[in-house]
Amino acid sequence: MPTIKLTRPKLDAGEKIYFGALIKGFFLTMKHAVKSLRGKSYGAEGLASSGLGVTMQFPEQRWDSHMPEYYRGAPTLVTDEQGRERCVSCQLCEFICPPKAIKITPSEIPSDDKWAKVEKRPLEFDIDMIRCIYCGMCEEVCPEQAIYLRKDYLITGTTRQAMVHDKKKLYEIGGVRVGLVNKWNELK
Amino acid sequence: MSDSPTATAEAKLPKDIAAEKGMVNVQIDGVWHQFPKGTRMIEACRAVKKDVPYYCYHPKLSVPGNCRMCMVQMGMPPRPAPGQEPTRDENGYEPIGWMPRPAISCANTVAENMGIRTTGELVEKCREGVMEFLLINHPLDCPICDQAGECRLQEQSVGFGRGVSRFVDMKVKKPKNVDIGPRIRLDDERCIMCSRCIRFMDEVAGDPVLGFTQRGTHTTLTVHPGRLLDHNYSLNTADICPVGALTSNDFRFQMRVWFLKETPSIDVNCGTGCNITIHTRGNTIHRITPRQNNEVNSNWMPDSHRLNFHYIDGETRLAEPLIKENGTHRAATWPEALTNTAAALAKYAPSEIAIIASARMTNEELFLIRALAGKLGTAALAVVPRKGENDGLLIAADRNPNTTGAKLILSSEDPSAPLASIREGVRSGTVKALLVFGEDLTTEAGFTADDLAKPEFIASIQLLAGPTANASHVVLPGAAFAEKRGSMVNLSGRLQRLNRAIEPPAQARDDWEILRDLAGGTQNLIEEVFKDIASTVTEFNGLTLSKIGHQGTVITETGYEIPLLKNEGVRKAAGIING
Repeated sequence: MPTIKLTRPKLDAGEKIYFGALIKGFFLTMKHAVKSLRGKSYGAEGLASSGLGVTMQFPEQRWDSHMPEYYRGAPTLVTDEQGRERCVSCQLCEFICPPKAIKITPSEIPSDDKWAKVEKRPLEFDIDMIRCIYCGMCEEVCPEQAIYLRKDYLITGTTRQAMVHDKKKLYEIGGVRVGLVNKWNELK
Repeated sequence: MSDSPTATAEAKLPKDIAAEKGMVNVQIDGVWHQFPKGTRMIEACRAVKKDVPYYCYHPKLSVPGNCRMCMVQMGMPPRPAPGQEPTRDENGYEPIGWMPRPAISCANTVAENMGIRTTGELVEKCREGVMEFLLINHPLDCPICDQAGECRLQEQSVGFGRGVSRFVDMKVKKPKNVDIGPRIRLDDERCIMCSRCIRFMDEVAGDPVLGFTQRGTHTTLTVHPGRLLDHNYSLNTADICPVGALTSNDFRFQMRVWFLKETPSIDVNCGTGCNITIHTRGNTIHRITPRQNNEVNSNWMPDSHRLNFHYIDGETRLAEPLIKENGTHRAATWPEALTNTAAALAKYAPSEIAIIASARMTNEELFLIRALAGKLGTAALAVVPRKGENDGLLIAADRNPNTTGAKLILSSEDPSAPLASIREGVRSGTVKALLVFGEDLTTEAGFTADDLAKPEFIASIQLLAGPTANASHVVLPGAAFAEKRGSMVNLSGRLQRLNRAIEPPAQARDDWEILRDLAGGTQNLIEEVFKDIASTVTEFNGLTLSKIGHQGTVITETGYEIPLLKNEGVRKAAGIING
């Protein structure tokens, strides 16, 4: 193993005393304290501050309206404008999911269903939100445009079971998404 | 190198050296190799690791050459003019005149001084073109297709396709989700017309119910009118289907194949001992597929055998030891159940104890049963015979997978012979304690529920709840075939190995461990039991469990011939298949 010798930096007399830096830091702190009391903190507006410094008073104040379009919140399942559940339970998201948060039980669509030609849909679709790391790989891998990360970030529960989003909950958060590719329509 | 010609003028030419051995010289991608005469070009390329993609070709089926995916560039030496001596290079090979058009490598055989190019612009353009044609009408079903993940079309589209479709017209509509048989689902849009299934049903299964109708892009795979694809080997068509046109109903939408762990093992439904692959995810078996073994089951297996695994996690599966008290069973711990059994058996004279074992057990288990019989001093030890009908293909009349092994381990010509006397003993009351291992006596063994009520004590290793488990005073839950490691000997004398694909449920234990504890053995590993067999039984001498290998080892000659292999041998000798 190669050994690297590090030389300590040579300090001059002023640096050795360090008292000057202390005073410098004190003034900097005071400058910001005064600014914050006057409601003039840098970036306070952009960060939706409560008025004192840049701190947002959560949960009375929320990030919600300040979130960017690309924010990655809870993964959800969506239906399209025809009311068809888009997921066909191909299990690619289950496969790609790095923390193994997704569990899908596939099933066949009964032949009397309106969308019987799609043949397959999930019987159960569970996302364990304790495990989820909001990476968005499920959305990226989905070949059916069925799973999207929404802006929901307040996922809380009192039991482990309550933190598992089942199929019903996922569709509830996901809602309807329009303008998707409808490959199962007339061509099939 | 002895095969290469020497510098002397009298040196033999490579073609003569090869011809002496019945071989021919073939140049594949610039390297000269020797192959036996009559080798198909595609097999020659595969033998030297120059893989050629293909769909319709199958080594065990005749060669129609209809998918056109295996095209390669071929060349032969130019024919010399009359009186002209062929020119040769310094190694004695003639120059190759490359043909301007490709040839299919599956239906052509190699010839002396032939050249094959498996790469190059011509070949790559050909493959790209074939892929584009195949994908013109192929639906974008991959997310709902069970074949996805093991689909040749997917793989070769990535490997050799052009990546983008130029096709702007509507795709041809064909029947989807067609019910053509009890175990098979057909999707005609996915079919690429390779005809493997048609040839399989015709040539191997002998029930030609599949065929093509219509022409061109409208070609449709159908089952004969009024018939169903209900042959007992129909699921093999789903195995050989390179795409998702034929899929298994049993496995339909159960699990994507990329999640499945594959464990090589053997089938235990009959004496043939088909080699299988058990596909599992977690502790669940999702499907069983045949595994190639040219000495046992070729590439096939019967549907009835491959689907016989659902009982393993069924509702009647026993998962904890039970002790009968006042007529009802209660859950017990293993030490309790085992000491209870040992204490009960100590009360009886050796002549009052009988053991009924099973030829469905592994050699190791039977060996431990033999040790147990020795310890108890009883000579009443029998296995239950299980007869059925030979189907002329792979299912043997003997439905016990390890009859040969039982004969060897128990050193008896007919280990089932004492069964009748044990049955009589139970009925007359001379057999007071009965040990039942891995059998439900009310089926093949010919016992009635009344008979089972007679012995004072019954201890049994059982997999499922049933009349025997119900009558047992101590029930010891055992392991199913997919949950054990061990060996069996099939009817043709081949020692084969079972491997553990999943864990036994809850408290259930490996049978050999239960038997070891009953017999008071000291082995810690199944390998040690096998070592004891190897040192006791002559046929097993010098073997270990790992030496058996995935293809098995012949340890005894029985003269039994598997009918399907006989058929295959005939077709191979006739040059119809490659084998």
